[in-house]
Amino acid sequence: MRVLQAILVRLFTTAVTLAGVAVVVFVVIRVVPGNPIAMMLPPGATEEDVARLTALYGLDKGLWAQFGIWVAGVVQGDFGTSITTKAPVLELVLGRLPATLELSIMALVMAVVLGGAAALVGTRWRGGRVEASVDVANGMALSVPDFLWGLVLILLFGVLVPVFHISGRVTPSLDLPFTTGFYLFESLFRLRFDLWADLVAHMFMPALALAIPLAAIIGQLLKQSLKETMNLDYVTLARTKGYGEFRVILREALRNAALPTLTLVGVQFTFLIGGTVIIERLFSYEGLGNMAIDAVINRDLPLIQGIVVLFAVIFTAVNLVVDLLYAVLNPRLRHG
Amino acid sequence: MVDGRSLTRRRAGARLWLSLTWLGLLCLAALFAPWVAPKDPLAQDLFLGRLPPFWVTGAEPGYYLGTDSLGRDVLSRIIHGGRVALMVALIAGVATCLLGATLGLLAGFLRGWVDMLVSRFIDIWMAFPPVLFSILLIAVMGPGLWSIILAIVVIDWTRFARVIRAEAMAQGAMDYVASARVAGRGRLGTMVREILPNVLPTVVVLLTLEMGIAVIVEAILSFVNLSISTDDPTWGGMIAEGRTSIHQAWWVLVFPLITLFLTVLAFSQLGEGLKDRFDPVLR
Repeated sequence: MRVLQAILVRLFTTAVTLAGVAVVVFVVIRVVPGNPIAMMLPPGATEEDVARLTALYGLDKGLWAQFGIWVAGVVQGDFGTSITTKAPVLELVLGRLPATLELSIMALVMAVVLGGAAALVGTRWRGGRVEASVDVANGMALSVPDFLWGLVLILLFGVLVPVFHISGRVTPSLDLPFTTGFYLFESLFRLRFDLWADLVAHMFMPALALAIPLAAIIGQLLKQSLKETMNLDYVTLARTKGYGEFRVILREALRNAALPTLTLVGVQFTFLIGGTVIIERLFSYEGLGNMAIDAVINRDLPLIQGIVVLFAVIFTAVNLVVDLLYAVLNPRLRHG
Repeated sequence: MVDGRSLTRRRAGARLWLSLTWLGLLCLAALFAPWVAPKDPLAQDLFLGRLPPFWVTGAEPGYYLGTDSLGRDVLSRIIHGGRVALMVALIAGVATCLLGATLGLLAGFLRGWVDMLVSRFIDIWMAFPPVLFSILLIAVMGPGLWSIILAIVVIDWTRFARVIRAEAMAQGAMDYVASARVAGRGRLGTMVREILPNVLPTVVVLLTLEMGIAVIVEAILSFVNLSISTDDPTWGGMIAEGRTSIHQAWWVLVFPLITLFLTVLAFSQLGEGLKDRFDPVLR
C-alpha cells in the first residue's frame, strides 16, 4: 500500500514538474527581444511578407493563445517547424537523439567501470598510501568539471599523443550503411568492426570527459560503503573460510554495498546528460547539445523549445525511474 | 603512531593555504591588471602573430607566453581576462548565495506552503540541463557581463536552496530551537538569531564552491561566444580561439586552460578545506 501511495504521489509531482517546465520554457523564450521573422527574410522584404510569416508561425496572436497552440501541438507530438532548416522540429530532434544517448550511455559505462575499479582498489589496500592516492585522484576528478577535462583530453590524446579523433562523430568519408541513428550499436549488430572502431575513436574522449566527475563520485561513495560492509560479521566469516581479500570484496561485500551507489548514479546520470551540451560542442559531436547551441545562436525558437523540452522530459523520466526503483527496492518502504 | 586526524588536518590546512595563495595572487593581478600586464591586451600586430612562449626558439622578448593569431600578448590577455572571471565569481556567487540561502532557510524553517512552493520550483529547475538553460537565457537577454551574472543567479540558486533547506529543517527539529521559542522569541527572530548562525558555515562552503562554478560558467559562455563583447579578453574566449588553432599554436589554448584549471581547483579545494575546518567531527 505504502509503495503504491508513494508511486502515485511521485507520478503526480512529475506531472506538475513537466507542466512547470512547459511554462518556464515558454515564458523565457517569449522574452526574446529580437524579431526572428525579420531575420528569416532577405533584405527588402515587404510588410506583407513579414505579416504573412508572422501569421504562419502564430506569432501575431496573444501570449495565452500562443501558449495554447504550442502546448496542444506538443501533446500531439507536433513541436512546430524549425525556422532555420524549415524541417519539423520533432524530426530534427529525434534524428540527433540517438547520438546523444549513445554518448551518455558510453560515458555512464566508463564512469561505472572507472569508479568501481577505484573503489575496489581503495578498499583492497585501505588505510595506506594506495587508498590515499585514490582519495587524492577522486578529489581532483570531482573538483574539475567535464568541460575542462575535455580540453585536457584534447591536449593529451588529440595533440600530444594523437590517438583519438578530436572532432565529429564518425570520419565523414566513410560509407555508412546504417538505418537507425544508433551507429555504435548498429555497427556491432552488423559486425562492421571497422566502423565500430572509428566511432569509438571519435566518442572516446567526449565520453571520458563526461565520465571523470561521475567516476569520482561513484568511487568515493562505493569505497565508503564497501569499507563499512567489510567490518560486518558475515564478511569476517567469509574471510575466516580462507577466501582471498579481493574475492571477499567482490563476492560478499559488493552486493550489499552497491545499493546507495546505484541510487546516486541514477540522480547523477541526469547531470551527465546535461553535460553533453557543452561537451558535444567542444568535440563538434553531432548530437542534440551541439544542435541546441546552434539553435540558440540562430534564434531558432521552435527548435530551442523542442530541445529544451526533450531534455527536461529525459531528466524527469530518469529521476522518476530512479525514485520508483528506490521505492520498490528499499526494504523500509516495502515492509512499512 | 601518527594520529590520523592530525594528519588529515594538516593536509587540509596545506590545501587551504595553497588555494588562498593562488586566488590571492589572481585577485592582485586582476585588480592591478593595467600595471601588471606587460602589454596592452587588445593591441594587435600581425607581424608578431603566433609567437611561441619565451623558452621556445622564435620567441620575441617581452611576449613571455607567446601571442595569438592576431599578435596579441597571451599573458596580458590572461591577466585582463581574470578581471571578468573574478568579477563574475564574486558578484554572481554572492547574489546566488543570498537568493538561494534565503529561500532555503524560509522553506526549511517555516515549512508549510512556503516549503511546497520552493520545493516545486526546485523540482522544475532540476529538470533543465544547466548549461543549456544558461545559454538559452543569455540568448534571450543578449550577451554581456550582467546577463551572465543574472543567468548564474537564476539557474544556480537551487544549489543553495536545496542544501540550506535540509539543514534548516534539521536544525529546526533540535531542542535549542524549541527552548528559544519557549523563551519567547518570535518565529522570524528564531530563524535569524538561532538557525542562521548554525547554517552559516554551510553557506560559506557553498558560496566558495559556487564561485568556482561561476568562473566555469563564464568560461563556457565565452567559449560559445555568448559572453561579453568579443574584443575584451576572457579565458573562455581565448580557449575557443586556441581550440581552433591547436595544431599551429598550442600555447594559445594551454595557458588560459592552466589558469582556468587552477582557479576552479582552488575554489573547490578552498570549499572542501573549509568544510573540513567547520566539521565538528574532524575538529
